[in-house]
Order: sequence, then structure tokens, then C-alpha cells
Amino acid sequence: MEGDARRAIDAVWRIESARLIAGLARMTGDVGVAEDLAQDALLAALEQWPTVGVPDNPGAWLMTTAKNRGIDRMRRREMAIRKEEELGHEVELQARFAEPDFAAAADDDIGDDLLSLIFTACHPLLSTEARVALTLRLVGSLSTAEIARAFLAKESTVAQRIVRAKRTLAEARVPIEVPGAAEREQRLASVLEVIYAIFNEGYAASSGEEWIRADLCEEAMRLGRILVGLAPDEPEALGLVALMELQAARFAARTGPAGEAIPLLEQDRSRWDFVLIGRGLKGLQRAEALGRPLGPYALQAGIAACHARARTPEQTDWERVVACYDALAAITGSPVVRLNRAVAVGMAFGPAAGLELLDQLARESALGGYHLLPAARGELLERLGREEEAAAEFARAAAMSKNSRERALLRARAEGRR
Amino acid sequence: MRVMAIVKATEDSEAGVMPSEEMLTAMGKFNEELVKAGVMLGGEGLHPSSKGARVSFGGDGERTVIDGPFAETKELIAGFWLLQVRSFDEAVEWMKRCPNPNDEPGAIEIRQVFEADDFGEELTPELREQEERLRAQAEQSQ
Repeated sequence: MEGDARRAIDAVWRIESARLIAGLARMTGDVGVAEDLAQDALLAALEQWPTVGVPDNPGAWLMTTAKNRGIDRMRRREMAIRKEEELGHEVELQARFAEPDFAAAADDDIGDDLLSLIFTACHPLLSTEARVALTLRLVGSLSTAEIARAFLAKESTVAQRIVRAKRTLAEARVPIEVPGAAEREQRLASVLEVIYAIFNEGYAASSGEEWIRADLCEEAMRLGRILVGLAPDEPEALGLVALMELQAARFAARTGPAGEAIPLLEQDRSRWDFVLIGRGLKGLQRAEALGRPLGPYALQAGIAACHARARTPEQTDWERVVACYDALAAITGSPVVRLNRAVAVGMAFGPAAGLELLDQLARESALGGYHLLPAARGELLERLGREEEAAAEFARAAAMSKNSRERALLRARAEGRR
Repeated sequence: MRVMAIVKATEDSEAGVMPSEEMLTAMGKFNEELVKAGVMLGGEGLHPSSKGARVSFGGDGERTVIDGPFAETKELIAGFWLLQVRSFDEAVEWMKRCPNPNDEPGAIEIRQVFEADDFGEELTPELREQEERLRAQAEQSQ
């Protein structure tokens, strides 16, 4: 019976904790204090629920308990520091707790609280690493141990990172609020960056156990969907969720039985996840329907959508892929984007056109040490029947690659073994 | 993980009785909560089985089409949600918060969806063989 209660508390906690912390953060003006109070409430639940049962409205119970702890704490601290200058601040805090009940607050307020918490945890004042850890902790309700495991870091390192992030926010007196219009775009970009960083940590096969990686991707998608639910009119938020869904749809198909990477065009498309593809395409449509210029996430989702719509590689609408890369290159100007664009042009308009762009890129940009440039040249030269030049490019790419499996593949192509 | 929450049919749902406005409002609010929590992947309500059909398979490869309605009301389904949650218990907790979809006794059944990983060892040899065949074909065609 006790085990059942524990599992029920875990489930309630996963659902309630972000909203709980968000509400408390609004009242206290400090995410660190809010998290401590929420933890106090969780401890109380762990003590009481196994014997008295889970209350009918567990969210309201947790909030009331946390608020009472907050008031207790302040009374004690107020006694201790009655004559110090912080007193004014503490009195103000107490007044904030006296606000209408969490349970009675309108749903809109709860949404605003949560959105404020997300913006605060992703504040540009913090490093990306710190933002990622804080967001997973406060909004994702992952434990420090879970975050550490997912990022192959020591638990103490992650704990330190979170403590320091909370202190930085408190010391800078960062207001816990949804940023106004002037700041909104830049702050939203910071939130999206954090969510995509979490997704990529899960998606890139760089580290961690398989299930943890899939979990991180799911967590990132969940965070993205929460954001879209709270801010439904942001094309880039919709675009990011669509991008993650369309990429995650290929999860099962992108590695072979021995763990080797299978390139997009060689994947068994019947293993793609069509629930995610359907959602991704619909989300992208919603982003486009907002009628505002598309940003980098929506454009990348547009490219992923071209692949997702094609039942076979031959059916890919390469001209549309090129158009997305055109827009993306205009925004980012990144040489990697230009490289991918050249490859797409090679697919849409023939290898000669792609090769011309690659040569131009090689002259102009700092891609000198990037092995995918000679690899892409080799590919296009091969398609033009210029075998010897192609082999030389594959050999060059092999020498530059840092990944042993990839190096072996490129070497094999240089030697004409495939 | 993905979980499917299946709303079982009731006499009303099978009779095609539409939910009250009150119920639709409550259900709309619940759905919105699922969306805002980022757990909702999809969901639909189904017409009664009188508009449905079954294809039944005989042991000898024979196929028979049987038109609805079907008798065993409590075994039928009237709708479903597809949810992405972090634990099975989380899905149970969500469904405890669901308004009763019908104004009469009924049930929501919660089932875990198979993911690629769940197929595990049993299917691995065939999959590997299939993969290798495909790869060989891909290499030949280059």
C-alpha cells in the first residue's frame, strides 16, 4: 500500500510541480525560495498521504501546504532579523502570500505564472548549461540525479550549477515575469535555444544510455508543447516543436542493428513514426498560417517536412528544400547552411550546379577544416562521373574526419569499395 | 512513453446520445489542460458501433465482414486519447482527473503503447537480417 502511495505521489508531482513552483515564484519573487517551499510541500505529502490518502485536489493541497511553510519560514526569519534592513522585503513577501488562493486563481494566471517561470529559468543572464539544468529542474521536474545522468555529469556538478544559477537570478533581482514586447523576441529565442539544446543532447548520439536519450527528446518535446500551449501565436515556438517532432519521427530508423548511423536517404521509411510526422506537419502549417516571416526553426522544420512528406527518397521535393535553405541562409549566413544548400541544389538541379556552389563556398568561407565539404564534393563529382577526383575528395574527407566509423566509410568510398 | 486512454462505450454512447453542453465544456477544459501540460498527442471520439463493422478472420485465412451494432457494449470503445507521459502512473493520475465522459457508470482503460525498443530480442534477428538485405541492395545500387 505504501508503495502505491509513493507512486501516486510521484505521478501527482510530475503533473503539479512546475505549476506549484511557478505560483510560488510569483508570490516570493525568487525561484530558489519557490523551489524550497515546493520541496517542503512534497516532503509533507510523502509523510501524510500514505496514511491519510491522496487528497481530492492534490495540486491545491500542495500549494496550501507550501504557502503555510512559506509564512512559517518568514515568521522565523523575521524574528531573527527584525531590526535589519531586509525587514521591509520580508514584510512585502508576507503580503504576497496573502494573495488569493492558488486554487481560486484563474487558469490564465496559472498559465502566466508558468510562462514567467520558463522565461526566468531561460534568462540570457545564465549560461546555456545553467539554463538547461534549471529548466529541467524547475519546469521539467527532473531530479538533479536524473539531469546528471542524462548529461553524463557528476550529480554534485549539476547541483552546484543549479544553486549558482538561482543565486545569480536572485542577486540580479531578475523579475519573474513574461517579458514585454521590446524584449520578447530575444528572450523567446533564449527559451527556444534551451529546449532545442535539451532535444539535441538526446538526439545526438554523443553520450548516455539509449533510454535516457529518448527520454530527453521526449522531455524537450513536452517543454516545447507546453510553451506552444501558453504562447500559441509564436511561429518559432510552433516551428521548433514541429522540427523536433519531425526529427524524432526518424529516431528508430536512423541507426542500424549494430548502432551505426543510417543516412536519411537510406533509411527504411516504414519505420518512421507517423504520429509524430502528422503532428509535425500540422504544427508547421499552424506556424505558416500565422502569416509572419518564418524564423530558423520553422524553416528547418520546413526542410524536415519535405523529407517527411516523401514516401521514397525520389519523391523528395528538392526545389522546395532549396527554397527553405535560401531563406535560412539569408537569416543565418552560416557556411554549414550554405553547404547543405549546395547539396540540395545538386539534388534539385543536377550535380554541376551543386558543385559550382560548393567551389564558391570553399573559396569564400572558413570551412577549410570541415570534412563534410570534401565529402559533399566527392559525392557530386562521383555523380558527374569524375571518379578520380571524387576518390581524392573522399580521401581528403577521411583524413579530416574525427569519427572512426565515418572515417572508415569515407576511406572505403575513396578506394571505390562502394 | 506513450499511453492510450480508451473510453469504454456505454448504453448512451452506443445509442448515439450526444453529450450535454455541460459535459462538452468540461471535456474541452480537460483537453486544454492536457495540451497545456504537453502530454496530448491526439485523441478522437467515435461514432456508435451501429455505424461500424468488423472484419473477422477465420483460422483458414477466411475473412468475413460483420456490420455493427455489436452487443457487448461494455467491451466496445467510444473514444481514445494518445498521451506522452513520463510514467504509466502519470497517465493514470491524468485520467482520474477526467470528467466522466458519460453521465452513467463507465470506464477509461489505460494501456501502454509499444515502442520500437519494446520489441526487444525476439524480433532482433529478423530485423537485423532485413536491415542487412536492405543495406546490401543499397550498396549494389550505388
